[in-house]
Amino acid sequence: MDTIISNLGLLINAALIATPPLLFAALGSCFSERCGVVNIGIEGMMTIGAVTGAITALTTGNGLLAFLCGGLAGALFGLIHAIVCVSLHADQTIAGTAINFIGPGIAVFLCRILYNSSDTPAIDSSAKLPKIFNGIFETGSFGSNVLNVYSMAYLVFVVAWVCWFVFYKTKFGAHLRACGEHPEACESLGIDVYKVRYICVILSGFLAGLGGAFVTLATVSQFRPTVIVGQGFIAIAAVIFGKFSPEGALKGCLIFGVCNGIKALVGQGNYVSPNIISMIPYVVTIIALIAFVGRANAPAANGKPYIKSR
Amino acid sequence: MNKKTSILHSNFLYTVIAIIIGFLIGAIFLVIAGVSPMEAYAKIIDSVISKPKNIMTTLAYASPVMLTGLSVAFSFRTGVFNIGAEGQFVVGTLAATIVGIFVDVPAIIHIPLCIIAAAAAGAFWSLVCGVMKVKRGIHEVLSFIMFNWIAYYLSNYMVNTTFLKREGGGEATKDLLESARIESGDFNYAIVIAVILAVITWIVIEKTTLGYKLKAVGFNKFSAEYAGIDSGKSILTALAISGALAGIGGAVQVMGMGGRLAQFASQEGYGFEGITVALIGSSNPLGVIFAGIFYGAMKYGGTKLTMVHAPSEIINIIMGCVVIFIAIAHVFKALFLSIGKKKEA
Repeated sequence: MDTIISNLGLLINAALIATPPLLFAALGSCFSERCGVVNIGIEGMMTIGAVTGAITALTTGNGLLAFLCGGLAGALFGLIHAIVCVSLHADQTIAGTAINFIGPGIAVFLCRILYNSSDTPAIDSSAKLPKIFNGIFETGSFGSNVLNVYSMAYLVFVVAWVCWFVFYKTKFGAHLRACGEHPEACESLGIDVYKVRYICVILSGFLAGLGGAFVTLATVSQFRPTVIVGQGFIAIAAVIFGKFSPEGALKGCLIFGVCNGIKALVGQGNYVSPNIISMIPYVVTIIALIAFVGRANAPAANGKPYIKSR
Repeated sequence: MNKKTSILHSNFLYTVIAIIIGFLIGAIFLVIAGVSPMEAYAKIIDSVISKPKNIMTTLAYASPVMLTGLSVAFSFRTGVFNIGAEGQFVVGTLAATIVGIFVDVPAIIHIPLCIIAAAAAGAFWSLVCGVMKVKRGIHEVLSFIMFNWIAYYLSNYMVNTTFLKREGGGEATKDLLESARIESGDFNYAIVIAVILAVITWIVIEKTTLGYKLKAVGFNKFSAEYAGIDSGKSILTALAISGALAGIGGAVQVMGMGGRLAQFASQEGYGFEGITVALIGSSNPLGVIFAGIFYGAMKYGGTKLTMVHAPSEIINIIMGCVVIFIAIAHVFKALFLSIGKKKEA
């Protein structure tokens, strides 16, 4: 019994480390995709958030400030994406691809200028994100594994609820969903489609930046060129999996998170190759898609530049 | 249309403008890093064209991205977005490696055999996602991303099996047999394969009924169906061809420069570089030849930048900026055309 409980603790712990970066980014992606702007640049925005978070933490020693700065750096790239896609009507996939080159490019470039290496030095634990229940539980106990995690790991679920609330219970949410389905109709009702899309895309960058910063400020405690690689795309996959809704994205991210937990548990023994175990989240997603989820209905106007009629 | 306006209408002009702006923005970053942009750019050009051997290396760098570029360009033209070229490239490498190590036949049979195996593996990897799209309506971007990672871990698993792993340490497979190598002396035949396939792809897209059908489905699925084209079958055909091209990209990489398959530390990025190459080449297979060589030159030149103390990541920044300015080329076009009209008036 004890081993079951302690294993369960380990599983939850691993899931609480793996889920937050994906979920932050996925919630961002929801905003962007639902307002009608495909944002494949989530990956680049996460990377820039990760490096900004790490550099801020190393220079100021303030984890929370660093977390926020990571978000703002992501938001800046969201702004670029918005200008290019919304105002200049560029192909959104192309613009996102560009951001995926520029973001990681600038990230490693900054490290080389500042630290003369492709990595940042390790971040001191005092400059990382705070743990609320630090020192209360015995190390390695169930309580410690489940509750003594970085506070943002719980915050992200609150953020997910807030996103759900904004999407379905506020006027802005109704407007943003409508903009993704039929922007012309929105415009005729007096909704400023450009403004809504700008807000959503910048917000998607901000949330992706927070996700990236979580990686460097909690999970890895330094920036390396490989810290993000692929997570932005998995966040996008989680959103498509969840049919472009915040609650669906939460489910998608939890599948990845829990599979990562299983990975951590099974990985303790050497019975199965770690490479095979690492495939679990991706294979499970595919199976879940085929068995339960099926057709993804993207917002009707997603990916189509909207040109205001004069 | 007179000559001047036809120049103003061509994609080529705006691609060149985008490249120039990309280099200008790169220069700003280099100045921030305390490096003279002139010196850095001179180093790239010098390291690429100074010796015939370097030109050959550049072309060897260009060949795999040219093929993944072709793969993505083909998918763009037929209305699907092959973000899975990365995974198809990896399974192509794996297939070519296995055939290259274990099938002992003369080069004249061995080389085509490796390439066919890689093409089949790439096509299969892409078709699985295609079938899920056509039969179950599963978004191809999602399944491609999953399959990129499954391919990545599958390859790393295979590299470490006793069946493939090289003796005497090292996280890599045994060497491919000499008869499966396309690099002899200083000459790497990968570029020949890539260019021939680019020309064939161009002919298929522009000059055949098959290409016409695939493009029609990409342009408007419903009107194509109304005209009697089976859209599901067309999508699958397009994805199979696209996947095969990416798979062959993997083959020429391992049969040329690589010589063996090493364990990956992170995704290699050939698929994503292919997206950039396709965009710079305006999704035209012949344009992709030049875009691929340009990318290969930047990639190879970039590795030499450390000699002038410039971060080689500047290449990614420049390439990203080039792509952004290609994405907003229509803004420049409208601007230039309106200036042109004013002058005429």
